[in-house]
Amino acid sequence: MLINMGQKLKVVETEKTKEDGNWFYSDVVKDHFFNPRNFLKDKNAVKDYDGYGDVGNVLCGDRMDMWIKVDKKTDKIIECKWLTWGCASAIASTSMLSEMITENSGMKIDDSLKIKPIDIIKRLGNLPKIKYHCSVLGDQALRTAIYDYFKRSKQHNRIKEGVQ
Amino acid sequence: MDYAATTYVDPEVKKEIDSYFTERFGNPGSFNYFGLEAKNAVNDARNRIAKILNADSDEVIFTGSGTESINLAIKGVARALKTKGNHIITQKTEHHAVIDTCKYLESNEGFEVTYLNVDKYGLINLDELKKVINKRTILISIMHANNEIGTVQPIKEIVKIAKKNNVIFHTDACQAAGYLELDVKRLGVDMMTINGSKLYAPKGIGLLYLKKGVPIEPILHGGGQEFGLRSGTENVPGIIGLAKAIEISERIKKTECKRLSKLRDMLINGLQGKIKNVMLNGHTKTRLPNNANLSFLGVEGESLLLHLNEEGICAATGSACTSRNLEASHVLLATGLKTEAAHGSIRFTLGRKTKEEDIKKVIRVMPKMVETLRMLSPIHVD
Ligand code: FES
Repeated sequence: MLINMGQKLKVVETEKTKEDGNWFYSDVVKDHFFNPRNFLKDKNAVKDYDGYGDVGNVLCGDRMDMWIKVDKKTDKIIECKWLTWGCASAIASTSMLSEMITENSGMKIDDSLKIKPIDIIKRLGNLPKIKYHCSVLGDQALRTAIYDYFKRSKQHNRIKEGVQ
Repeated sequence: MDYAATTYVDPEVKKEIDSYFTERFGNPGSFNYFGLEAKNAVNDARNRIAKILNADSDEVIFTGSGTESINLAIKGVARALKTKGNHIITQKTEHHAVIDTCKYLESNEGFEVTYLNVDKYGLINLDELKKVINKRTILISIMHANNEIGTVQPIKEIVKIAKKNNVIFHTDACQAAGYLELDVKRLGVDMMTINGSKLYAPKGIGLLYLKKGVPIEPILHGGGQEFGLRSGTENVPGIIGLAKAIEISERIKKTECKRLSKLRDMLINGLQGKIKNVMLNGHTKTRLPNNANLSFLGVEGESLLLHLNEEGICAATGSACTSRNLEASHVLLATGLKTEAAHGSIRFTLGRKTKEEDIKKVIRVMPKMVETLRMLSPIHVD
C-alpha cells in the first residue's frame, strides 16, 4: 500500500526529537539533499583541479570524493566538486560545505581549514544527533583535498603535522 | 509498502473489539458479570485460534507481543531444562528477539548457543544442523520465514531432525502467519510464536502455541493468568482481535498468496528490468509472497527511502545508515552480502491494500531516483 499518499514527509523537530536521534530532517537539509549543489556531474571531466581528497566514513562505511580548484593569487577556493555515497545527511552536509567555501567569490584556504562539522550542522538547521558523524565526512574530504593541493603546489610548510 | 513492519487493524477486527474497550470492559479474573463476560470472550477466542492451529485450547498462551512469546519460549524452556542440558541452536538471520534472548542466556545463565550459518539465499544447512546437535542440546529455534528477505526455512525437515534427537523445537512464525501453514500438527512444532501487529490485529498482542508436556517456566510472575505461564491481566480486546484477525487471514490466505506473489514478481522483474545492477536478496522461489528485497548497487538505502517517501511510498532498508548502531543488517550480512550491497538494500513488503497501480508506480518512479543518487555516488557499479 502507499501510505502517506501525496503527503510529504513532515518535519517536526523539537528539542525532544533531536535528542531522540530520529531521522526527521530540517527543510534546509532536504533542500540540499533533493537539490545538491556543486556535485560532480561528469565523472570523466575531472582533469584540471588543484587538490583531490577521498575519505571513507569508518562509522557506517560510506565514502566521499572531493575536488577543489584554487585561485593562487588570492589563495581562495573558487570551485569545489564532490561525490558522496551515503545517507541524506552526508549528501546534504557535503553540498552545504561546498556552498560555504565557494560562495562570495570563494573562501580563503586558511579560513576553510577552520570549518568544523558543527559549523556545517548549524548552517543546515541542525541534524539529528545520530547523524552528526555524517557531516565529518565532508570536513575530512575537504582537508584532504586542501593538503593534496599543498603537496602539489609544494607548500609543504602549510601542512600541519598530525592533522591528516 | 512496509507491511512487514506492521499492519493496520482490519475494519472487521476493529468492529468486533470496539465494545470491549467501553461497554464490555470486564477483567476476566473478576467474579462478576463483566468479568464473566470477558472470561467467556477470551475462552471463545482461545478456542477459535486453537481450532485454526489444530491444537487444544490450553496449548494457546496469550502474551503481549511476538517478542514476549519468543522470550517465554526460549528462556522458559531453557531454564526448565537446564539440568538436562545447556545447548541451544538457532541461526544467524533470526529476529533480534531470538538472537538477543539467546545472547542473554549465553552471557548470564551459562547456556551455549550455536548460531547456524545460512547460504546466500538465507537457508540453513540441514547437515550442519545435524552435526551441531549434541547430548546437551535442549532447544532449537528457527524462524519460519525471515522478516527482511522473506526466505522460508524448511520447517518440516528441521522438525524431523529435532524429533529424532529428542530436542524441543520452537519457530518464530510472526512473518509467516498470514501466508504459510499454521497447522501445528502438520508442521510438527512444539512451540510457535505469532503476533497480532503483522496480521491486521491490534498491536500489543502475541501468542505462543505450547504443546502439552513441553517443560517450561514462566518469565512473568503474579496473578497466574494463562495457565500460570503469563501473569498479568489479559488484553481482552487484543485477544479477541487476534482471533478474528487469524480467522480472516486464514479465510483469504490462498487468494492473497496468489495475488501478492504475482504483484511481488511484477515488482522484482519490473525494477530489475528498468534499472541496471539491481540484485534480489533472499530466495527466488522459497520466499514469502509479499516480500521483495532488492539491492540497488552504488546507492545508499536511506537516501533512496527519502526519495520514495517524497512519492508517498513507504519501504525499509538494511543500510548501516539507518540502524542505531550504524551496522548494516545482520540478515543481509549473514547471507554473505557485502556491506556495500547491504547499504543499497530496499525492502518492499506488500499487503492487503497493495494494488497493481502501486507496483506500477514504484516501477515508474524508481529509475529516476536511482539514477539521481548514482550520479552523486563515487562508486561505479558498471
Ligand atoms: S553516511 Fe551513513 S549515516 Fe550518514
